[in-house]
Amino acid sequence: MAASAGIRAGRTPARRVAAGVSSPWVLRGASVLFVLGLWEWAGRVPVNIAFPTCTETLAAFGEMLVDGTFAEAYAETAGPLIVGVLLTAAGGVFAGLVMGLSPRAEWLGLPVFIVLQASPSAAIVPLITFIYGIGFTAKVFAVVLLSAPVIVLNSYRGIANTPRSLLEMSNAFLASRWQRIWKVVIPAGSGLIFAGLRLGLAQGFTGAVLAELIITPTGVGDLITFYRSGADYPKMFAAILSIILVASVSVTLLQNLERRLFRPEMRAI
Amino acid sequence: MTDRASITSEPGVGAPAADGRDPAVRIVDLVKEFPGGVRALGGLTFDVPRGELTSIIGPSGCGKTTTLKIIGGLVDATSGRVDVDGVPVTGPGPDRAFVFQDFALMPWATVLRNVAFGLELRGLPREEREDIARAYVDKVGLSGFEDSYPHQLSGGMRQRVGLARALAVDADILLMDEPFASVDEQIRRQFQDDLLRLLSDENKTVIFVTHSIEEAVYVSDQVVLLTRGPSSVSKVVRPGVDRSGSSDEIRRDPAYLDWVEQIWHELRGYLER
Repeated sequence: MAASAGIRAGRTPARRVAAGVSSPWVLRGASVLFVLGLWEWAGRVPVNIAFPTCTETLAAFGEMLVDGTFAEAYAETAGPLIVGVLLTAAGGVFAGLVMGLSPRAEWLGLPVFIVLQASPSAAIVPLITFIYGIGFTAKVFAVVLLSAPVIVLNSYRGIANTPRSLLEMSNAFLASRWQRIWKVVIPAGSGLIFAGLRLGLAQGFTGAVLAELIITPTGVGDLITFYRSGADYPKMFAAILSIILVASVSVTLLQNLERRLFRPEMRAI
Repeated sequence: MTDRASITSEPGVGAPAADGRDPAVRIVDLVKEFPGGVRALGGLTFDVPRGELTSIIGPSGCGKTTTLKIIGGLVDATSGRVDVDGVPVTGPGPDRAFVFQDFALMPWATVLRNVAFGLELRGLPREEREDIARAYVDKVGLSGFEDSYPHQLSGGMRQRVGLARALAVDADILLMDEPFASVDEQIRRQFQDDLLRLLSDENKTVIFVTHSIEEAVYVSDQVVLLTRGPSSVSKVVRPGVDRSGSSDEIRRDPAYLDWVEQIWHELRGYLER
């Protein structure tokens, strides 16, 4: 793509633009620049005195990156986040699997997770402190509370909706119960299961930061609280921006991992 | 299989097995009622001669596929019996292999793994099963596509994968559920010829469900005509089309066309009733 664009570029500028626009990276870059430009303009108007410009925020971001503020904060946030997400991923996929395979487990468990998904989790987080105090456990619980419903429900849907014809096929070719689950049901559901894990990871970030904002100020949540109270809005927005970046990058990495490990046919496209 | 051209008999119910041996499959008074009291099969009885291709044909909704799935052990009958080699069917078995109308290929697996899947489930070592699968991929004309995924193949090619998977497990009986229904007409004819060629050196008993009269007459030694639900066997005929000519010659052969016409008249009777 790049090579052919280069060859054509010599002929007409219009062609060069056309070739450039058709490349996804140029489009993505243009869209990012557009949003940043809009941000800069809104900051300069300004729409609100608490709304910093894009350049101020990026400068603060760079500063916090260099002086190690981010590294320190994320080291603290990462603990409950990683433990919580790993626990939920293992437990949630298993729960979804059991519910998808057994009508009795479905009857028992499905309503719980539907209610949990519909409930305002942020309002429940403070209640956690009554039971688990304000330590590590409470923060892990906040992560689990936010990420569990989407992981469980997606896994359940992925398992329960295995194409009938594939089940019939595995039956006709004499698959045992375990072979059917391992070789047909789980691979067939892996798309939805991984979609659930990606959403669950994103929810886990929300849970971790919520816990740091509501329970005890530590890590990234503390950065936001601290800079807000000091009216250092560029740094506060830089902290928020960092959460968005870290969450998006982790979700993308998870997606790549899924393709590499479980969806070979998607790589072949 | 080689002497199929010489077999010619008048249409008649319950034609005896061609060579006097026990039939490969015997269906006795098969009844299927679905929950809610819908009676799909109202007592089917017919024999499937060994080493031949038997088609089941009838108006849509007459229970052709249900019959085939009961023979395959994928669906339970309400009453009646299916014997395979004299033993009643209670579930799927290694003596029967299924070709599905919608192919039923695993989208995440390569052609080779799909073809080898039946052997994989039987616990054959990887190298061994892939050697067998490769041979059948070649036989159905898909050499070079071993590492492709189903979504990269056309409908006709996907069904070739389904056929290779069924052949790879080396079952004596091949159950084919409208295998060419989702394939367009030109490819369908090519496929019918390929199927006959493939079967001529496999010595299998084939039960073939179709809604196409031409297809049934073209490929079959024996055709079982079903009435509409609750279905019963209206006739069992043995077209015995002379297969010595080319595909085009057979399709213009008056005997072939006569059989198509006869079966059409027979089936039209139920449609008008």
